[in-house]
Amino acid sequence: MSAPSREFHRQARQVTRDLNHRSFVQKALDGYYRKRDEYSARFRSWQGARDLAFEIKFDAINHLDHHLEEFARKAEARGTRVHWCPDGGAATQTILEIARQNNVRSIIKSKSMTTEEIHLNDALEARGFGVFESDLGEYIVQLRHEPPYHIVFPAMHLTRGQISDLFQSELGSAPTNDPEELTMIARRVMRKKFCEADMGISGANFAVSETGMISITENEGNARLTTSLPRIHVAVLGIEKVLPRMEDLALFLPMLATSGAGQALTGYNTLIGGPRQSDEADGPGQFHIVLLDNRRTVILADPEQRDALHCIRCGACLNVCPVFKNVGGHTYGTTYPGPIGSVITPHLRGLQSWKHLSAASSLCGACTDACPVKIDIHHHLLRNRRNAARKKPVWWERILFAGYIVLMRSPRLYRLGLRLGRIGQKFHPLVEGTRLDPLRAWTATRALPPLAKTSFREQWKARRR
Amino acid sequence: MEGPPQMTGKETILGRVREALRMPAVRKPAPSSAAHKPHEAREWLPAVGDTFAAQLELFQKNAEALKARFISCASLSEALDCLAGLAAGWKSVGMHRASLLEPFATRLQDAGVRILYTDGGYAMDDLEATDAGVTTCECLVAQTGSVLVTSASSGGRALSVLPPHHVVLARREQLLPDLTAVFELTHARFGSNFPSMLSFITGPSRTGDIERILVLGAHGPKELTILLLP
Amino acid sequence: MRISLFVPCFVDACYPQVAMAAVEVLERLGHTVEFPEAQTCCGQPPFNTGMWNEARVVARRHMRVFEDAEAIVALSGSCGAMMKVFYPELFSGDADEPLAREISSKTREFSDFLVNVLQVTDVGASFPGRATYHDGCHSLRELRLKRPPRTLLENVRGLELVEMDEAETCCGFGGMFSVKFPMISSAMGEVKCDSIEATGAEFVISSDSSCLMQIEGIFRRSGRPRRCLHLAEVLASRGSLPG
Repeated sequence: MSAPSREFHRQARQVTRDLNHRSFVQKALDGYYRKRDEYSARFRSWQGARDLAFEIKFDAINHLDHHLEEFARKAEARGTRVHWCPDGGAATQTILEIARQNNVRSIIKSKSMTTEEIHLNDALEARGFGVFESDLGEYIVQLRHEPPYHIVFPAMHLTRGQISDLFQSELGSAPTNDPEELTMIARRVMRKKFCEADMGISGANFAVSETGMISITENEGNARLTTSLPRIHVAVLGIEKVLPRMEDLALFLPMLATSGAGQALTGYNTLIGGPRQSDEADGPGQFHIVLLDNRRTVILADPEQRDALHCIRCGACLNVCPVFKNVGGHTYGTTYPGPIGSVITPHLRGLQSWKHLSAASSLCGACTDACPVKIDIHHHLLRNRRNAARKKPVWWERILFAGYIVLMRSPRLYRLGLRLGRIGQKFHPLVEGTRLDPLRAWTATRALPPLAKTSFREQWKARRR
Repeated sequence: MEGPPQMTGKETILGRVREALRMPAVRKPAPSSAAHKPHEAREWLPAVGDTFAAQLELFQKNAEALKARFISCASLSEALDCLAGLAAGWKSVGMHRASLLEPFATRLQDAGVRILYTDGGYAMDDLEATDAGVTTCECLVAQTGSVLVTSASSGGRALSVLPPHHVVLARREQLLPDLTAVFELTHARFGSNFPSMLSFITGPSRTGDIERILVLGAHGPKELTILLLP
Repeated sequence: MRISLFVPCFVDACYPQVAMAAVEVLERLGHTVEFPEAQTCCGQPPFNTGMWNEARVVARRHMRVFEDAEAIVALSGSCGAMMKVFYPELFSGDADEPLAREISSKTREFSDFLVNVLQVTDVGASFPGRATYHDGCHSLRELRLKRPPRTLLENVRGLELVEMDEAETCCGFGGMFSVKFPMISSAMGEVKCDSIEATGAEFVISSDSSCLMQIEGIFRRSGRPRRCLHLAEVLASRGSLPG
């Protein structure tokens, strides 16, 4: 068992027992389900929209080279600097270099999972830059020195009381149980940081190749400020973010809002197509786009799972996943938790170390139904399992299924197996639930159904006679 | 995977992409669906009503559901009074040069409100200290209750998001039915010369990051007022 | 119609009454039921584990057993989905791919077969009691059978059907998943059982005995037993509770 797998098992055992966590997460998501259903029902056809979204992303991803070149060409024509970074190290180096050359001291960030993926904050802080997350949820988890719990709702696992205690100890604020007061405490702190920052780092939700613009979706206005006030703006985005046309946003902005947050449209959807132009009042003098591969091309090279790159990081699959809801976002140990994370992490970080995530699913398929761009999520988990077993089967599974084949190929042996099982069953109560119980994985929490005195095939035979 | 050192990042990534795409994807769009037609999105998105009146009503309903303030004014003087009413207690506002805004600027100045124009540069702290930002917009969107601002139409990037209250002035003919129509408009208006920033503002700034409870005014304006002029 | 019954191995071994009930319902409707006795398992356990070579060995054998069937009725949404949805991918590019596609097209889950093939919505059953229906994930999302079992249950005399909040939420069984990740599987099962309990229903009905094994197992272990019945058992009932 790999180290990440052992850690997953350990944390899963812990969190699944935590009934407070279970009910808190369920309650947090109840409102989301209601709103998501309400707004998707307003679509003339949500299913038709999903089909079209799949088609558009299919076009974008399957002509990725064309769209990336077009995107970069259009962006550069408006004075944007485009940096192509094959891996996280190259991206980090690029951003550090921009910061150094421009004598940057303080950096403000708006929410970006891609920068989490390359551990950008650690690299910047290690070199003495002050880095502040401005999204409220991100700011809270940054103060706690922990990764986001969820890709859209980073602090959804925390109660207001915990946040009040955190602000009290980290910011010296007075304790309060009022979410509005807590939000205003963060707003005041952040206003100062915004005005002081030399550099703003954002992610992007979409990159429109037709116009060379990035699109950022948010609710708080922190991305607006991050991309407006500092003198340098750096946007970090994965190469899969492309959309061919501006018009495609007419579909994707509402779908992202509805799937991601249960909204018709989020508070701010901002397109940025360059640094401040000569006739404009304000805006950063420099705009850099960091295009990141970081093994996305490994997913691209898998013809079966290529559609995993359609992902718009809305988090809908996490919100409906019973595994996610029971083990929580941190248990995965990945930048991208939940079903889509379990699909792509083995590609991004190594199949043998991360295959356990694909096994840790009942394959219920709720994720696939929720996905606005129709990624075949739960079947990809199955394909990851196959790829892992093909390369390096687990020894005990090999033995188990070798025995299984012998039994299932011969109805005679199958019947014999049943008879032996009935004999074994008589002795099972002696060890049931104890360490000696070979079926302990089941019986520790669940009663075992008895084998019937006569099987159906025996009854069928008797009936025919 | 690593390319030879003389390759640029661009060559490396494009090389990987092209190599990866040599094998066609297994899952394809359903064969029945025709080639991608951008206007098809409209067929699936929420309905907006056929008449201007229906669309205006939808805009108001959507905007108000998002806790924006929407005021439809029958005349310019009514709109001027309306803004003056909102401005009670304001010391300074941020604005930009636009013919639509001129009478409003005069009225506010008469009421003793100091005006900071963002055109041609300003001090960030001064704008931060204003009581409101008053801007025009590119259009209003009935389908979503949104206002589209751009760095060209709305006094730059910060004016519509830094002050605690954003007041948008729009004329009735600026109302568009849906997002598809917006992109048709921006293409026609800007061609390849887009402003560096366009932003759909849909309600005041908000967050649900604490226990998924809605709080307005997370980082941007706590209030959004849309004044519709005849 | 000549119907070949596919009785999943665990139904054969643990829940023979489910298969007997299905036979009774189909015969009551005037059809001939066959049980190809050479059948064992459809190959789903190794398939879901990723051991597709092993799965193919057993699945190939299973296909041969049903090669001459006119219609195959599966008494489990999960095993039915294995044949209907996953066989074509498992045998993709294999010499037996045409056979896999043929088996796929001939296979129907029990409620699907009754409602959509035989066009029967009322089998003349009567069953007194308050029950809730659990959607097995394979029935619901691989086979898209949300309505058929409910249509059949709505026409059962005396039966009061109440929906639970988490009807579409997975019970957490998931085959090998249930023993590889027992803590997650059990937590999911507890969520399911709490939702069932909240309806006040005396009975839990499903088209999948494997889900019911999980649900019943948790209910029994936590000392709050509840009767779990396969859809076929309810449809076979003529007023008294099945033994």
